[in-house]
Amino acid sequence: MLLGPALAVSAILFCIGVAGVLLRRNAIVIFMCVELMLNAVNLTFIALAQAHGVAGQVFVFFVMTVAAAEAAVGLAIILAIFRHHKSVDLKNINLLRG
Amino acid sequence: MALAIFWFFAGVAIVSALLVVVMRSPIASVFWLINTMLCLAAIFVMLDAQFIGAIQVLVYAGAVMVLFLFVIMLLNLGRADSDFKRVPVWFLVAVLVGVLASQLAPLMGYSRERLAIEYTRSTLLADPAIVFDSTLSPARATLDRGVPGDLAQPLFTQYLVPFELTSVLLLAAIVGAVLLAKRRI
Repeated sequence: MLLGPALAVSAILFCIGVAGVLLRRNAIVIFMCVELMLNAVNLTFIALAQAHGVAGQVFVFFVMTVAAAEAAVGLAIILAIFRHHKSVDLKNINLLRG
Repeated sequence: MALAIFWFFAGVAIVSALLVVVMRSPIASVFWLINTMLCLAAIFVMLDAQFIGAIQVLVYAGAVMVLFLFVIMLLNLGRADSDFKRVPVWFLVAVLVGVLASQLAPLMGYSRERLAIEYTRSTLLADPAIVFDSTLSPARATLDRGVPGDLAQPLFTQYLVPFELTSVLLLAAIVGAVLLAKRRI
């Protein structure tokens, strides 16, 4: 059974994704790191589904649907930001800074 | 043998994920992320989720990442000079990620037996073959109903309402994306 190693790999991938979101300033790369975290969670679901039952795979199916919708809307938001600021660097997006 | 193949794909996936974060050019990041997703698809197949592995390649590595590439090319994003945050932030990130990793590290030792013990909260009756209904396992469902059938049966019976709700979600996402991408908002 690959349960333990698969959970470990998904934990490592999730940590890399978190580090990427916190370290980068390019909005598109941050978005890719979010996708990486979603993929890590999918791996957890699949690994546990192998022991627990097929329901975990159904959840991965839903996560993929939500991720596709999120990618479409998020990239549209990034396009709108680019039109306004002429860059996707997050240091320019500071309207809420006090 | 299976473990060696698993660790090969896992290693490639982890190295590619690191390169996604490190690469300066967004295009390079996209290609390394596609590599990570293809390795994850291979791991999914090894974990008895063949159909999920296929749609991982088709939907994620295919459709979603092409969308990313398309937007990067549309915006003409090149190699940025200083895409990373300043060095003081790095230490904070290192501490945060270190705490997260140390919390997640015990997952390495998980097995079916330990899962069964935690599930029943007793060490006496914790035989995974009894605790987890073997007729529900993906391998058994694939034998009974075929590769798409193991996912389709619960999806269209037990999870029919969430499935229909995702169609509403997708419609909302389409409308939102079209509206946001218009010239004047």
